[in-house]
Amino acid sequence: MKNILLLALLCLSLPLSYQVQAKEAEYTTGAPEIHGRVMGVSEELRCLVCQGQSLGDSNSEFAVDMRAQIQEMMEGGMSDRQVIDFMVERYGDYVRYRPPFNATTMLLWFGPFILLGVGVAVLYTNVLRRRKQIDETPLTEEQHHRAAELLKEGSGEDKA
Amino acid sequence: MIPEIGQFALIIALCLAIVQGIFPILGAQLNIRPWMAMARPVAQGQFIFIAISFACLVYSFVTDDYSVLYAASHSNSLLPIQYKVAGVWGGHEGSLLLWAMMLGLWTFLVSIFSKNLPDEMVARVLGVLGLIAVGFLLFLLLTSNPFERLLPAAPDGRDLNPLLQDFGLIIHPPMLYMGYVGFSVAFAFAIAALMGGRLDAAWARWSRPWTIIAWSFLAGGIGLGSWWAYYELGWGGWWFWDPVENASLMPWLVGTALIHSLAVTEKRGGFKRWTVLLAIIAFSLSLLGTFLVRSGVITSVHAFATDPERGTFILAFLVIVVVSSLLLFAWRAPKIEQGGKFEPVSKETMLLVNNVIITVIAAAVLLGTIYPIIIETLASLGLIEATNKVSVGAPYFNAIFVPLLVPLVFLVGIGPLARWKKADMPDMLRQLRWAFIASAIVAVVVPFLMGGWQWMAALGMVMAMWIVTTAIYSIRVRFRSTNAELPWGHRLNAIPRSFYGMHLAHIGVAICIVGGTLVSNYMSDKDVRMDIGDTVEVGGYTFRFDGVIEIKGPNYIANQGMIQVLQDGHEVMSLKPEKRVYTVQTMPMTEAAIDTGVWRDLYVSLGEPVSGGAWSVRVYHKPFVSWLWAGVILMVLGGVTAMTDKRYRVMARKEKKAKAEAEASNIATSKIATEKA
Amino acid sequence: MKLRYLLPLVIFVVMAGFLWKGLSLDPSSVPSPLVGKPAPQFELSQLHQAEQMVSRDSNLGKVWLLNVWASWCVSCRQEHPLFMQLSRMGEVPIYGLNYKDEREDAVKWLQDFGNPYTISAHDYKGRVGVDYGVYGVPETYVIDKQGVIRHKHTGPVSAQALRETILPLVRELKKG
Repeated sequence: MKNILLLALLCLSLPLSYQVQAKEAEYTTGAPEIHGRVMGVSEELRCLVCQGQSLGDSNSEFAVDMRAQIQEMMEGGMSDRQVIDFMVERYGDYVRYRPPFNATTMLLWFGPFILLGVGVAVLYTNVLRRRKQIDETPLTEEQHHRAAELLKEGSGEDKA
Repeated sequence: MIPEIGQFALIIALCLAIVQGIFPILGAQLNIRPWMAMARPVAQGQFIFIAISFACLVYSFVTDDYSVLYAASHSNSLLPIQYKVAGVWGGHEGSLLLWAMMLGLWTFLVSIFSKNLPDEMVARVLGVLGLIAVGFLLFLLLTSNPFERLLPAAPDGRDLNPLLQDFGLIIHPPMLYMGYVGFSVAFAFAIAALMGGRLDAAWARWSRPWTIIAWSFLAGGIGLGSWWAYYELGWGGWWFWDPVENASLMPWLVGTALIHSLAVTEKRGGFKRWTVLLAIIAFSLSLLGTFLVRSGVITSVHAFATDPERGTFILAFLVIVVVSSLLLFAWRAPKIEQGGKFEPVSKETMLLVNNVIITVIAAAVLLGTIYPIIIETLASLGLIEATNKVSVGAPYFNAIFVPLLVPLVFLVGIGPLARWKKADMPDMLRQLRWAFIASAIVAVVVPFLMGGWQWMAALGMVMAMWIVTTAIYSIRVRFRSTNAELPWGHRLNAIPRSFYGMHLAHIGVAICIVGGTLVSNYMSDKDVRMDIGDTVEVGGYTFRFDGVIEIKGPNYIANQGMIQVLQDGHEVMSLKPEKRVYTVQTMPMTEAAIDTGVWRDLYVSLGEPVSGGAWSVRVYHKPFVSWLWAGVILMVLGGVTAMTDKRYRVMARKEKKAKAEAEASNIATSKIATEKA
Repeated sequence: MKLRYLLPLVIFVVMAGFLWKGLSLDPSSVPSPLVGKPAPQFELSQLHQAEQMVSRDSNLGKVWLLNVWASWCVSCRQEHPLFMQLSRMGEVPIYGLNYKDEREDAVKWLQDFGNPYTISAHDYKGRVGVDYGVYGVPETYVIDKQGVIRHKHTGPVSAQALRETILPLVRELKKG
């Protein structure tokens, strides 16, 4: 409504000024809500003809075409999930930047956390074993003296 | 003529490297003094010849010598002078020569700043560095000769890739390589220690400054790369978990673990075997990174021209280096004495947990980066279906990185406060209760100030605030423990620089977390079609498209967009994004227009012209993105500060002592003189 | 005691093995998930006779090749002579999927270089191409009598690929 009024006003003012008809710019990919979703999904999909760019980042013809098609699908009512599934059906899991969760990717998804568990476990057994293994003899009176002297010497030098 | 000199200098460098690699190590093993003494001069000579070779290549570029194939492929007479120089490392062969030169430089520095090390150690360290140099020089001379001739000479060069014709090329690779290669020094120290069977706190003290500088350089290099990608690639991304980026992140992560581990080895004599292993792993990851980037096994925007033959060579080199060092480790490590003991709750344990977490993160990054290769290999062997080929991208890495970061950040807070040997956890937590509360408050308030609740933003803020508040508290506690009778300045000075460096670097991490979290969660952008006069509103600013004009640059023509930015109705600035077409390599390139600010960046890039004089334009509002670069700068400053701790400046202390003695004797003689007089 | 210190070495060697094998692979190739699945349905206007339609179902009962091509595609010219030869041999019908092309340009291209296709379908918007998982032309599919995709070749078809993979597969499918 506001736009129409603005347009009307500007049309009326045209003979009196050189100002061009300005308007709020349109999204390259449809309405605002769709635009956000298109870009969001495009960023999750790989541009197959580019070297490591997403459909969202690339300006190649393929990417622009794909974004247009995604926009169409979303305007037709498909959800984000459905659009991604559509692409995966045709191009395989490779087109998604998020690796799938299946038998072949178990190691990928769980690996780090398993490794963390193992690491912490090894660490703790080591620390506890160490406690028993290492026998520390306390310093003798003489060694204590010597240590104190060295420390005083050291801090004296630092002050200089 | 000059290119031939360059190539010849490389050959001489190779010969010197061979001598440097063999004799000193044998000399140390068999206790032959003259052979050990060879190490320094031979190493310095090697550096000089590599430097000569590098200078020859720069000369070829600067004098437009297109009879050199590499120059003809990566330069052009119209190229501005600074890019002719930087273009030397714009391609595979030249960047490899830069690698070799950095290695020579580090070797040279080690040969100078090692007067207080025992001769066998110096001999071994320089020897190992020599062997590594042999590998790289052979690689250069056999498969990647930058001085190969092109006859007849090309009338003009094919120009440097327009994406590289940028300030970023001048600083990012050199800084990055200083870091990458710098870990070879830590590696050499580790190998030398294993060879000599001497692994103690002194060894750790010698290694540590070298490791910290390399780490600082690598941090700076990665940060510069990220910043460069941000403003150059046209869509304002700053980290893509791209394989090449991961290749630089992995050694840096392990390097971080190494610095922390060295602290324990230096102060408590503990973790020796683990520290040595980390040093080997860090450099191995550097080499692995070199392999990944230049062999063609991965696809990336950053990858160099790929060639399986080169890939095989690097892989062979990597295998030789890593297998021999890990064999040496397996043989010698069991004989290394254990350090002091400590309780399950102690500074040592916390540093160990820190190491475990960081190592797991690095391992996860490695796993994610090479997983596609693993799957494809298994598929090609028929063990699984070929359609299992996957992409492992940002969603995976973020899903792993963030959960692992949380416990790590918690440790950053309590670690510095914990005592060696035995720490009192309940007491520490009690001391830090205000830090907890402050972090929680900030975590709740900031998201709303930014525009709306986001869990990730809250998490990021709580982590960053925790680091900062605990750092302030830790500094305060330390300050209180200094001699209260001294003036402020003296008290601050009494605290070692490594302490300040640590907190500075930690705070740098916090600032990065703030930047990364807030920009990821609160960035707004619009991709619009703009006719002349059209406006679009992003982030509270209005952007008006005033058309496009054509401009001419030194070696390109461009369409320059005129975007007027308004805030609350009045014009605040104009932004001029460009779409350039370079004369030689005619590929179109986007130069985004960025207004950098402390609290936000405004980022505009031109898309494509569409019908009727309109253009597609992308406008971004990126809050706090410059905090990312600020955080990295703080990390680098932290590293440099820590490194200048007087503990490491033995030379300085010796000089001071000598000076003091000289002064004392002067006073004595002058006293005698006056008495006599 | 000593064995666990060899663990890092073992892990490394395994990884190096994968990397070495990886050197001979192409990281940018996209394996098709459609192999072994029914070829997607389509109904498009014919290139030369716009009023007539061609659909996937019209080919049920025979083995056929679907070649995705365009007049703007440079690599298509590389494989074109092979397809001309193949069509003359008459062993297997070749159907074209003219992908994102202007009708006049496509027709002229076939006039200039020869037309090996029994019929070309005009996929102006490229939506059928997407259904078939096309991402770069040329691409060629081998489809069997039941309408199931049996093989996909990405990039220009070489004489070797034709001789060693495609034709043997076609012959085998025709027998069944």
